[in-house]
Amino acid sequence: MGADLQLLLDAVVSGVMVGGFYAAAAVGITIAFGLLDIVNIAHPGFIVAGAFIAYWLNVTFGLDPLLSAAIAAPLSFFVGRLLYRNYYLAFEKHGEESLQGLAFFFGILFIVEVALLLVFGVDYRFVEAPYIGPTVSLGSVTVATRLLVPLLVGLSVVAAIQVYLKYTFVGRTILAVSQDPGALRLVGGDPVWTKEIAFGLSIATAVIAGCLLIIIQAVEPSIGREYIGRVFAICVLGGMMSLTGTVVASMILGIAESITTIYFGPSWAPAVSFGFLLIALTVRPSGIFSR
Amino acid sequence: MTAPLPRNVLQAAEAIPAGSRAARLAGIILAGLVLVGLTVGLLDWTGTDYAYLAAYTVLQFVVLATAWNILGGYAGYVNFGTAAFFAIGCYTTVVIYKTIQLPLLLAIPIGGLMAGIVGFGTGYLTLRLRGVFFSIATLALAVLLQTLVVNWTFVGGARGVYVLRPEALSIFGSYTRFLFIVMLALAIGSVLIARMVANSWLGRGLAAIRDDETAAECCGVPGLRLKLIATTLSGALMGMAGAPFPYFITYVDPGTAFSLSVAVNSIAMPLIGGTGHWIGPVLGALLLGSVQQVITVTVSSALNLMIVGILLVVFVAVAPNGIVGAWKRLSERGSWIHRLLRRRA
Repeated sequence: MGADLQLLLDAVVSGVMVGGFYAAAAVGITIAFGLLDIVNIAHPGFIVAGAFIAYWLNVTFGLDPLLSAAIAAPLSFFVGRLLYRNYYLAFEKHGEESLQGLAFFFGILFIVEVALLLVFGVDYRFVEAPYIGPTVSLGSVTVATRLLVPLLVGLSVVAAIQVYLKYTFVGRTILAVSQDPGALRLVGGDPVWTKEIAFGLSIATAVIAGCLLIIIQAVEPSIGREYIGRVFAICVLGGMMSLTGTVVASMILGIAESITTIYFGPSWAPAVSFGFLLIALTVRPSGIFSR
Repeated sequence: MTAPLPRNVLQAAEAIPAGSRAARLAGIILAGLVLVGLTVGLLDWTGTDYAYLAAYTVLQFVVLATAWNILGGYAGYVNFGTAAFFAIGCYTTVVIYKTIQLPLLLAIPIGGLMAGIVGFGTGYLTLRLRGVFFSIATLALAVLLQTLVVNWTFVGGARGVYVLRPEALSIFGSYTRFLFIVMLALAIGSVLIARMVANSWLGRGLAAIRDDETAAECCGVPGLRLKLIATTLSGALMGMAGAPFPYFITYVDPGTAFSLSVAVNSIAMPLIGGTGHWIGPVLGALLLGSVQQVITVTVSSALNLMIVGILLVVFVAVAPNGIVGAWKRLSERGSWIHRLLRRRA
């Protein structure tokens, strides 16, 4: 009985850890899909691209993945802005974003994955860092620092974005554009510029999440597909627009997957997020944290 | 949202009086038969099995692209899970092969039925919401089904399963030639179905949903019911395209059945050909499918997928109505094509 409880406790703790990383992975979708209404299904592609940037910097220059994240995030912010600018000019401007826009991002996801495949091959890649390997004891639970670091960094990223959205001028403009772009234009704001900034942020968080991903596990180019279901399940379950909801939904998904892994085996874990997504869409499409 | 072009074409078709319409249909059927005869003759003349394999792959894409277009093109609901429906048909055949061993021609409708049921279920749960949720659910559906198959050792699990081809009937020549003829029949059948749907009450209802769902519902179009019919039909056709696949490839593993190539091509082909009209996906599949066969043989299959991805992005950005739309625009602007068509009329 004691062993069973210990197993469950371990599962919950590692679920919370992974959940912290999921929050970093999904916060960009909450911004792009929830706030800006841009169905960026290429988001997981940018996560994996971030992981490979961290891998490349680590192998070539011996950089720490977290340092890579700090370098790559500002650059990917501009990539995101450029991507949104093109998306706007090609689709949103003409009101053609539904079918064509989805196909566009699907194509981008595909191009990123195949490009990584052509450059890095199909092998699993991993990085070296001092915090990969050691463990920390918290009471009766032993925690791997390779999970603890992504949890802390992931939650800090979400917290930073929450502060940015709530307390800065541009951040509040982003919230305004999510509510009513027309009204924002009336008071002198530029909805397109605001969405561009927000989308850049979203891509930057994806790349940071990628750098965290390669700390947690070895990465290969097609791993992004598993994250499509996950990030959208978290976004919907968390109520689309709420960052707090995103974090809580990430934790729930992380714990559910970790329990599934322990009791049914790791090969069943990808099915959990789909189950969550379907349940969320059928029972409560507005999520658990909707306003 | 989508260009008015394809429906103008449809309306034009309806305006033709019944007598000349029948003559036109007879003409189309005759032209089709001649084309089929020529293709088979040409493939026979090359004398290799490889020609049939290549032609089979191209025709399989004709079925998949046409099936995708029934929901994606006519109603504007994007299905990212073509590979999932394809794999359902594929693994239905594997299960039949391992249990009751029905002939392939019976396995195809059963595979279609299974995929249709899954399509109906997914649609029933998600089609009441905004279209994007359906799209995301289909994306995740592929991951879920792949997880199920990987964990199901009876159909080979992650390691895959070998399927032995039965003896070919003598009238078909080799078994590869038989598979090619089966896929040819499926392709013709699905194109006819797509054409019938486009010209029927179902197609008009779907087009209304695509242009403005709320307005359509207000006018009495039963939105959910039409979308469900389209999803089920589209899924069933994809399943039927997947059913002969195990015999085609003789070794099935989850990676092949749920291949990226199927997922991306079934979307790229209709969008590149033109989504609003039944001929669009056929054009896209024939063009893109043939080009890919050439590139896969001469360069590499990874680069080949890269080219499809880039073409998809470029086409949706630059020519949102595909080849059919570009053609229409060319012939409208008083270009040489336009003058040529006018002179003939």
